[in-house]
Order: sequence, then structure tokens, then C-alpha cells
Amino acid sequence: MALFNNNFRSKWSLYTRNGLIITFLILFALATIFPIYFMVISSFGDPVEAGAMSYSIFPTKISFESYKFFFDFSPHSYDWLLNSLIVATVTMVSNVFFATLAGYAFAKIDFKGRNVLFALLLGSMMIPYQVTQVPLYILIVNIFDLQNTYTALIAPSLVTVYNIFLVKQFMSSIPKEILEAAKIEGCSQPKLFGYIILPLSKTVMAVMAILTFMESWNTFFWPFLVTNTMDMQTIQVGLKNFRFANTTYFAPMMAGATISAVPMFILFFSLQKYFLEGVTVGAVKG
Amino acid sequence: MNQTLATKRRIKIKGDSAWGYAFIAIALVVFSLFTAYPVISAFIISLQEYRPLGSTYVGLENFKDSFASELFWKAVKNTAVYTILTVPVNIFLAFIVSILILPFKKRTQTVFKAIYYLPAVASGVALAVVWLWIFDPLKSGIANQLISMLGIGNQNWLGSSSTAMFSLVLMSWLSSHGTAIIIYLAALLGIDKSYYEAADIDGANFFQKLWFIVIPFLKPTTLFLLVTGVIGSFQVFQNAYLMTGGGPDHATTMVGLLIFNNAFTYFEFGQAAAQSLVLAFIIAIISFIQFKFFGNDVEY
Repeated sequence: MALFNNNFRSKWSLYTRNGLIITFLILFALATIFPIYFMVISSFGDPVEAGAMSYSIFPTKISFESYKFFFDFSPHSYDWLLNSLIVATVTMVSNVFFATLAGYAFAKIDFKGRNVLFALLLGSMMIPYQVTQVPLYILIVNIFDLQNTYTALIAPSLVTVYNIFLVKQFMSSIPKEILEAAKIEGCSQPKLFGYIILPLSKTVMAVMAILTFMESWNTFFWPFLVTNTMDMQTIQVGLKNFRFANTTYFAPMMAGATISAVPMFILFFSLQKYFLEGVTVGAVKG
Repeated sequence: MNQTLATKRRIKIKGDSAWGYAFIAIALVVFSLFTAYPVISAFIISLQEYRPLGSTYVGLENFKDSFASELFWKAVKNTAVYTILTVPVNIFLAFIVSILILPFKKRTQTVFKAIYYLPAVASGVALAVVWLWIFDPLKSGIANQLISMLGIGNQNWLGSSSTAMFSLVLMSWLSSHGTAIIIYLAALLGIDKSYYEAADIDGANFFQKLWFIVIPFLKPTTLFLLVTGVIGSFQVFQNAYLMTGGGPDHATTMVGLLIFNNAFTYFEFGQAAAQSLVLAFIIAIISFIQFKFFGNDVEY
């Protein structure tokens, strides 16, 4: 027995109920993915000015001219993709490594000030992004003079507090006995980390890698603030530039949007399990 | 003997704690440099008239200016309206959908979860660009075609101050419930079957089970979604920035956007810092109230 009663007198009333529910769910699903569907379908249109064109919900033809138009917009349009890839990859690798280390230390090693430091990190998650935005900009651009560099794009998110929190939550469930046994055998902390903790933490590391990569790929404001030439911009900033320069070119704009979004869709569908798991890791208690 | 054991243990613990510090070192440097320092710096900048070469101390002038500014209060009001219209509705939608997904097989559940989560994977800029065209004010625009089927005349969606905010809200309703659905579903699957069995024995119907078992069990989840949702919503301004620029007539200027513009359009860093601290204060108060009212039996 469950929340839903499945003991109907006839099979038909069960089918009817489930049919109604499925219909509702499908309608809601259609409304949810319609914008994405519309984006992909429209990107195959011809790169003509929108003027009097009418949008069609079904594809009328498939042409890649609009994609060409998007890439021809700037000599650096391929650089945008490359920059996004570089920034997201470096951010991902450094987060997985350093956040796992720090999360392990916070969960399993006793050292003075551990709880105070962790509370400080947690507390900082409550502070809105706007508070740090301006001083961070001043720090990177005016003080360190790093404008338009990969360092500026990457450094502030080398390790995020959220990821440390994620790892710490996960590590808390690893039984202390395993670690104590290893320590009695004379295992040092780095060995313990490498041989015992890392193999046990593959799931949380995969989840963290994927979410960090996606976050970094999709982020817009920070790269927008610290880059000022097209060759250093990321795909999201490039897409925004394209939109403002070509307000009437509908299909090429959809092509650009598709290009900026599709890599994440591919990642999502191939690693769906980790994505969906990642959503609940930080949320569900215990 | 005892003494040597004691010293040995102390040495061991000492060794461990050194590794503890080593393991958090990089994280701590990054945190101090790019989070802790900026927060402290924000307080200092908020008391200054910021100039790259030599700022001048102006006391609470920036705060006074903000409180005296009509635009600031309008932005606060817009942010509050946006939050009230989006967060509870999205949570409610997610609740309904996750309950309805529940009776199906795991495979079906996964398919629906993936579809509902998809917009969260797409880049915000891409979605903003697409929705801009959906809200095309011409007769041929998708949104206008849809409402004309219902017999409603052409709307200037993002271009008119009476509908611009609603357009942003509508976009949120249709694209930001995925996370909440997945979290609710995970919580629903965690409710022990024996509760439903006991309720069945007592002859409870579906709605009674919903009211007396599901809703109390999901209370911590709902509180989590509410608090994080409100915190997030108070900071959000990417869609407003990309789709309306805060207009028309500041109808969609959110606090986040106002701060951004003050900082990076007018380079009034002091003003921006002061307003960001006010925003942080407002968010803290609201989170506190939410915990106070809804969280009396929820532990975190």
C-alpha cells in the first residue's frame, strides 16, 4: 500500500486515473521544454532578418546557414567556446581536488578551530552574491590588475564553499572505524586520503565535477565583468554580444543559444544519474 | 609506560592536525581572498565615495542616499513582488507534480524528472534569448499567438510596464521548478510505507493521507525550498538585465540589478556596496522570520 490507492474494483478505473495523471504530466512537460524545443527547431531556419517572418512550431527546413552566420559574426567566436571549455575544465578539476581535500579534513580530521572555521564557511553561504561582487571586482581588476586573463575568470571559483559543504556532508557517512583501523596499521593521512577516502568518494566527486562544470559553463556576469575583448570572452558573454549587435536576426540568435546550451544537454543526458543525484545531495538531511 | 603512551598519542594527534591544516590550506586561502576579504571590504567601501586613486570617507551618506531614493524602494518592492509571485507558486507546482509522478514506475519517474530538470541545465543567457522571442510583441509572436486562441488581444509583454513583471514571472513558472520536483520526490520516496498502511487500516482516503502524513513529513523539505528559494529570488536579476534592462519605467528593476547598475554602469561603488549590505540585511531578516514561523519543529 502506498499513498495512492491501487485497489480499484475494475482495472479500467485504475487506467483512467493513471491516464489522466499522465496527460497532465505530459502537458506540463511540454510547457517546460517548449522554449528549448523552439530554440533548437528555429536555429535551423535561414539567417534572414525577422521583419515580417512568422515563427513556426514545426520545422519547415533544415539549414545550417544560421550557425555559419553566428560563427562569422566575430573572428573570435570559436575562441568563446574554447575559453568556456578551458575555464570550466580548470574550475572543475581544482574544485574536485581541493574541495575533496578540505571536505575530508572538515569531516574526519580533528584539528583546532575546525568547527569555528566550518561555521564561518557555512555562514558565508548566506551572504548574497551582490555583497562580494563589487569588492571582488575591485580586487581583481584594480588591485591585482588581472582584467582579461584566465586567472581573473578562474581564481574566484577555484574552490567553492558549496562544494566543500557537499563533500563534508558525504564524508560524514563514512564510518570512522575504517579510518581508525588504517591509522593503527600506520597509514599516514595522505595515504589514507589516497587509498581509502578517494575510492569511497567517487560518487560525490562525480556529482561535484558535473555540477561545477555546468555552473562554470553557464555563468554570465563574472566573465562579462572581467573581460573586455572578444578573444577572452566566454560563450555566454559572446551570445549576449551577438544579441545586442543583431537584434533582428532571429534564426542565428537561436543558433547561438543552441550552441551555448547544447554541450550541457549532451553532458546531462549522458550523465543524468549524477545530475539528478547532485540536486538532492545538498538538500536532503542526513 | 603510561606516560609514553600519552606522549605518543599526543604526537599522533599533532601530526594529524597538521595534515588537517594542510588539507584545508588552499580552500582557506581562496575563501579568505575571494569571499572573506570582499565582505569586509564591502563594509569599508559602503562608507566611502569610492575613487580608484584615493577614496574619501563619507560616513553613512551612501546609506542615507539609498533610503531617500525612490528608485531603491521601487526596486525593493519589485523584488518582493517577484519573490511572492514566483517562489510559493513554484514550490506548489513542484509539490503537485512530484505527488502525481509518485504512482509510476521508476523508469517513468526518471524520464519526467529529466524533462522537468532540463531548463536548469540550459544556460540562463540562452533561455533569456529564447524567451525574448517568445514574448515578441508582434502578432506573430508565440505568446501572442497562444493568447489570441483564448480570445485575448495582442500584448506588448516585456515592453509595457503593466505586463513586463508578469512576463518574467511567467517565465519563472515554466522553467524553474525542476530542482524542487526532484527534491520533493526524493523526500516522498523516503516516507516509510508503514505510515500509509496504518492509515489504510484506519480507512483514510487519499486526501487525508496527504494532509496527515505527506505534508507533515515534507515540512523540512518545504522549509528548505522556501528559504533557499527566497534567498535566491532576492538576488536574481539576470533575466531582468538581459530581457528588459530593468525597464520599462523601472517596472522590472530588481535590487540586484540596481546594485549592478550603480556599480558597473555609473561606477558608484560606495552606493552599490551600501545597497548590497541592505539587501543582505533584508535577506537575513526574512530567513530568520521563515525559520521562526515555519521551523519550530525542524532541525538543521
